Amino acid sequence: MTTMQETAPQAAAPAQDNDVLLEINNLKMHFPVTSGMLFQRTVAYVKAVDDVSFSVRRGETLGLVGESGCGKTTTGRCILQLYKPTDGQVIFEGQDLTRLGTRQMRAMRREMQVIFQDPYSSLNPRMTAGNIIGEPLIVHGLVHGKAEYRERVADLLQNVGLNPYMADRFPHEFSGGQRQRIGVARALSVSPKFIVADEPVSALDVSIQAQIINLLEELQEQFNLTYLFIAHDLSVVRHISDRVGVMYLGHMVEIAERNEIYRNPVHPYTRALLSAVPIPDPVLDAQRERVLLSGEVPSPLNPPSGCVFHPRCPIADDNCARVIPELREVSSNHWASCLKAEGY
Amino acid sequence: MATLLEVKDLQTHFFTMDGVVRAVDGVSYDLEEGETLGLVGESGCGKSVSALSLMRLIPDPPGRIVNGEVYLDGEDILKIGMEDMRNVRGAKMSMVFQEPMTSLNPVLTIERQLTETLQLHKGMNKAESRREGVNLLSRVGIPDPEQRIKQYPHQFSGGMRQRVMIAMALSCNPRLIIADEPTTALDVTIQAQILELMKSLTTEFGVALIVITHNLGVVARYADRVNIMYAGRIIERGSAREIYSNPRHPYTVGLLRSVPRLDLPRRAKLDPIEGQPPDLVNLPAGCAFRARCRWAIDKCATDRPVLEETGANHWSACWRSADLGPTAVDFLGASELAEPESPAGE
Ligand SMILES: Nc1ncnc2c1ncn2[C@@H]1O[C@H](COP(=O)(O)OP(=O)(O)OP(=O)(O)O)[C@@H](O)[C@H]1O
Ligand SMILES: Nc1ncnc2c1ncn2[C@@H]1O[C@H](COP(=O)(O)OP(=O)(O)OP(=O)(O)O)[C@@H](O)[C@H]1O
Ligand code: SF4
Ligand SMILES: [Mg+2]
Ligand SMILES: [Mg+2]
Repeated sequence: MTTMQETAPQAAAPAQDNDVLLEINNLKMHFPVTSGMLFQRTVAYVKAVDDVSFSVRRGETLGLVGESGCGKTTTGRCILQLYKPTDGQVIFEGQDLTRLGTRQMRAMRREMQVIFQDPYSSLNPRMTAGNIIGEPLIVHGLVHGKAEYRERVADLLQNVGLNPYMADRFPHEFSGGQRQRIGVARALSVSPKFIVADEPVSALDVSIQAQIINLLEELQEQFNLTYLFIAHDLSVVRHISDRVGVMYLGHMVEIAERNEIYRNPVHPYTRALLSAVPIPDPVLDAQRERVLLSGEVPSPLNPPSGCVFHPRCPIADDNCARVIPELREVSSNHWASCLKAEGY
Repeated sequence: MATLLEVKDLQTHFFTMDGVVRAVDGVSYDLEEGETLGLVGESGCGKSVSALSLMRLIPDPPGRIVNGEVYLDGEDILKIGMEDMRNVRGAKMSMVFQEPMTSLNPVLTIERQLTETLQLHKGMNKAESRREGVNLLSRVGIPDPEQRIKQYPHQFSGGMRQRVMIAMALSCNPRLIIADEPTTALDVTIQAQILELMKSLTTEFGVALIVITHNLGVVARYADRVNIMYAGRIIERGSAREIYSNPRHPYTVGLLRSVPRLDLPRRAKLDPIEGQPPDLVNLPAGCAFRARCRWAIDKCATDRPVLEETGANHWSACWRSADLGPTAVDFLGASELAEPESPAGE
């Protein structure tokens, strides 16, 4: 049986501010799924990111949350042009990165850096901490001579709270939190404007997490950095973000200013996500209202019709299986894609 | 309720080239029937090793339980033979491991893996064990269990695999389930489903549960009692309410302070525990937490504090436990740390 899907026109990027650093318009990343031994044919597409639009203002932190596989990392990689998006625009300081040639893009890379989740595997075990941090300086020709190089590396180590004498050590000689600091220093080395931090604290103990979060905040202030902060811990995201976007199965389902989204979530998925977070206080936690979702997260290979959330949604009706909801401004600067958003 | 488990002075060490790793270094606690115990502490502090010691699954060499008694229903299971221990493992206690994919066999169907123990420990025949297997899958919330039981682990999502692990752990009606970080690999909403499922088992069937996690929120929501571990020892234990509202150890206070909280005004700055945990091969003299402790006094450098009762069923191993307590976490609502523009979320 085939159903006609009514596609609502997609909203433009929710950007009011004129100091927008980055603008993502209708971004799509569809990964081909191939089959066949000799002749690979594409049999389907994983719609990892499907028509996502948002913008990031200069100096702010945009938090990106959502469950595993919803497309957070893919969104980050598309912005950095580590993936070539299937469709859509990535406009950084007025330039559409998807249209840049290789050489132009190489120059752009200096402006945008990434910090990875896993401090254990993201550092080359055979390089010293100093060389890991200093490598981008050489690649981009930003230092002249050994002395300047050493000085820059020492500065960077100090910026992230490590000792310059640690430059000669190898990654395995550092703790997890220290390794993550090395990753941060490497990202900072080329003086970027924008950093994608992809789950930078998820692999760390809570006590160490706080160290790294404080560090990221201090550096942001010091160097006027703009962050896209990807995480699944909603308490951490609330702490660090100015605005928060919630993704579900390749779609941005809600995006708003931090206090607004935590106080007045309108999308039923955001509400469930927030209510699932246990509070570290048994008495207060017991008083919290909870929305338990049933069912598993569906596969992006075969996403549900209409609103992708409808099979797990506690308030879905027949319409939700049919109509793809657009991202609408439900109140000032608060965008949500739910047909029944007003019902709340 | 009766005491189900009693652990006395458990010590498990690893004998490595670098020296003796005191992974578990004198741990004592008990657990009632139907009770949920939360085991919390930094990576490497000995949570998994202490759980594996109860199951007697420590790889030897390099590891060995060098001391202690573990009474399960009054019987010291560290003294019994390996054959009897296998029966205890099947019938009385079972464990859900940190990473489900490594503990399920990828080349065997769920049916094979689930029915094997039933046939082995309960003497069921093939048809009986299959029926029970389907029943178990539906009990842990797997839809369409008749079909699903024929599939292989890779055909299940992470959350469903974790449920299969729980079904396997349940298969012989154990009195005690140990769940080692059962949900860290799972999504927030699936995590909530799994934990609710485990909790319902404790209330419905009186199963006792040990949940190992570093998520303080999970412990607050599900645990009746809490053991906080640091460098191979329990440094604080008590009821969940006591631990959260009246912490008596600087490490516990540090943990509570370091996490951002959704229910409180956003703090301008987080308050981490600085420094690193000590090397378990070379534990310092005195208190193992001293190098990171804000409350340390001279005595802490020379004398090792042991667990002492600081209130009703509340124990702390700190020379200054009397100076801690509610005020130590009061800062959470303190106005100079909070941002004035953001009232508490709900
Ligand atoms: N290179 C790739 N080829 C094919 N599919 C991919 C590729 N990268 C990601 N995917 C798929 O795209 C979807 C989104 O993945 P992505 O890594 O962006 O999710 P995520 O939100 O970062 O999840 P997590 O929280 O687990 O890191 C997933 O279904 C994933 O399997
Ligand atoms: N096979 C082994 N050989 C040597 N040392 C070991 C072995 N297994 C564990 N250890 C050591 O024992 C200590 C306790 O490890 P354990 O796995 O119990 O930590 P944990 O508290 O469960 O940490 P995590 O939160 O990272 O799972 C660690 O210092 C670890 O390095
Ligand atoms: S005994 Fe001393 S060093 Fe150890 S936790 Fe207490 S105050 Fe800190
Ligand atoms: Mg990711
Ligand atoms: Mg462990």
